[in-house]
Amino acid sequence: MASANAISQQGPVRFWDRLSIGTKRVIWAWAFLALPIIFYAGIRFYPTFQAFWLSLTNWDLLRPAQFIGFANYQKMFADPIFWKVFNNTFLYLIIGTPLSLVISFVIAYYLDRVKLMHGFIRALYFLPYLTTAAAMGWVWRWFYQPVPIGVINGFLSTFGIPQQPFLRSVDQALFSILIPAIWAGLGFQIIIFMAGLRAIPNTFYEAARIDGLGNWAILRKITIPLLKPTTVFLVVFSSIGFLRIFDQVYNMTSNDPGGPLNSTKPLVLMIYQTAFSSYQMGYAAAQTVVLFTILLIVSLLQLYVLREKK
Amino acid sequence: MTMASTKELAANSRDIRPGRIIAWTLLLIGGLIMITPLLFMFSTSLKTSGQVYDLRLIPAAPTLDNYIKVLGDGRFMQWFLNSTFIAVTVTLSNVFFDSLVGYTLAKFEFRGRYFIFLAILSTLMIPTEMLVIPWYLMSSQLGWLNSYWGIMFPGMMTAFGTFLMKQFFEGVPNDFLEAARVDGLNEFTIWWKIAMPMVVPAISALAIFTFLGNWTAFFWPLIVTTSKELYTLPVGISSFSAEASIQWELIMTGAAIGTIPTLLVFLALQRYIVRGVMLAGLKG
Repeated sequence: MASANAISQQGPVRFWDRLSIGTKRVIWAWAFLALPIIFYAGIRFYPTFQAFWLSLTNWDLLRPAQFIGFANYQKMFADPIFWKVFNNTFLYLIIGTPLSLVISFVIAYYLDRVKLMHGFIRALYFLPYLTTAAAMGWVWRWFYQPVPIGVINGFLSTFGIPQQPFLRSVDQALFSILIPAIWAGLGFQIIIFMAGLRAIPNTFYEAARIDGLGNWAILRKITIPLLKPTTVFLVVFSSIGFLRIFDQVYNMTSNDPGGPLNSTKPLVLMIYQTAFSSYQMGYAAAQTVVLFTILLIVSLLQLYVLREKK
Repeated sequence: MTMASTKELAANSRDIRPGRIIAWTLLLIGGLIMITPLLFMFSTSLKTSGQVYDLRLIPAAPTLDNYIKVLGDGRFMQWFLNSTFIAVTVTLSNVFFDSLVGYTLAKFEFRGRYFIFLAILSTLMIPTEMLVIPWYLMSSQLGWLNSYWGIMFPGMMTAFGTFLMKQFFEGVPNDFLEAARVDGLNEFTIWWKIAMPMVVPAISALAIFTFLGNWTAFFWPLIVTTSKELYTLPVGISSFSAEASIQWELIMTGAAIGTIPTLLVFLALQRYIVRGVMLAGLKG
């Protein structure tokens, strides 16, 4: 492809002129694609295969990688911390996705009908989406502090509610991290839901009203079914987001990442620590393969659900 | 827009008044709760260390001292410039290459086109986290660690952007392109001068998404940079906050400095950003 490019620019003009229009266009196409093909091959596909290969080695940055078969996978599946982390990741997903989707749908549904100060209210919900998780993680961390400092505990104490440990508790920490993660993503989901709601043709609603359906029946029988593609997209998008959660956890537990006692550690944080704190690159690669497999299953489920509809 | 407003009118005439007022009030309260963390962040960034324990939202004696202190040593300025340079460069690269590839896949007939399309699309399935270890290895071998290029190279093109642009270029009528061909323009000029101006909404959606994604990116910049001069703003904020330990007024100031630029951009371009997110989300 690179040579085709060279011919088109430097080669004899006559040769270029003798080519048919169709051939010229094919050469143009490959010239346009030359750099991108190198990029995708070198920076997407090759590293993918390399990650699979590394997961079968004991590479530790110091010595050259040695093939050790499935030893990394055996070690991982025998490691109770891995299962704890797996469980945490799943909790982020299974609580975060439905909760954020229900909240954002309810808000989008009502916001779509609001005319008074519509832009302003929409902006309030959308603003957190534009923030940096690394910065907001610290703001929320401050919110969760005990009484003289923390806003939430200060608020609770004015109502006489006892102090909550939040990030310091094995039971509450994961939920305390999940809340800012949901908070940050709501704006995006609301906007997408509103776009989906507006794409439903008005005639459906008019027909339903003529048939005497009430608001609730219209919501159940028209809005929700017609919104299915949007919903499926958001389910997958936010599932992938929660399965890959990292920024919030890293910043909200930075003195003991993933703590207390690994109770908040998600898979990506474990990968980060295995690779870049203990330099067990091979072992970390095996963990990324697990993440890849989980994400692949989620994506394939999306394709399956969308196909079923047709 | 017209469709939405007729829908709203229809809703207006039917809904019971008190219900609508309650819904509106709840929505407004919910929205104010959403920005509470931001309000407290700004408020605390204007307090002295002695006032941090005073949880009133409006500081008793607002001061910009924290900003002077945090910005004083120039680190935040450096990180801000790093982030801006990286996000702008990666965005320009995506606008150029994703559009070029999307256009080629949409408007050229050649053997292998479908294969190339599927190959690029399939990279959507590969999570960044899986690639960081090979990227790190590659960067250390090629000397890309601790460099702008090292931070930027993984995102210079994306399958998402290519797919988005391809869909929009498919809507560009061939007649325009043929007419330009008859006029003797070369294919590159046709793409750049004729086709690109016809998909400006898609370009701006792609640009907004790419910029935001890179501006807030944390995972890869954290891995590839170890020297503080090369930190991006999120990585810088994270390391600064860990250092500041319990000086919450300074931490809030750092977080505010990281948040203010995007808020200003949003206030200026709100309509385009919301529309861009809608467009990218629905078509992507």
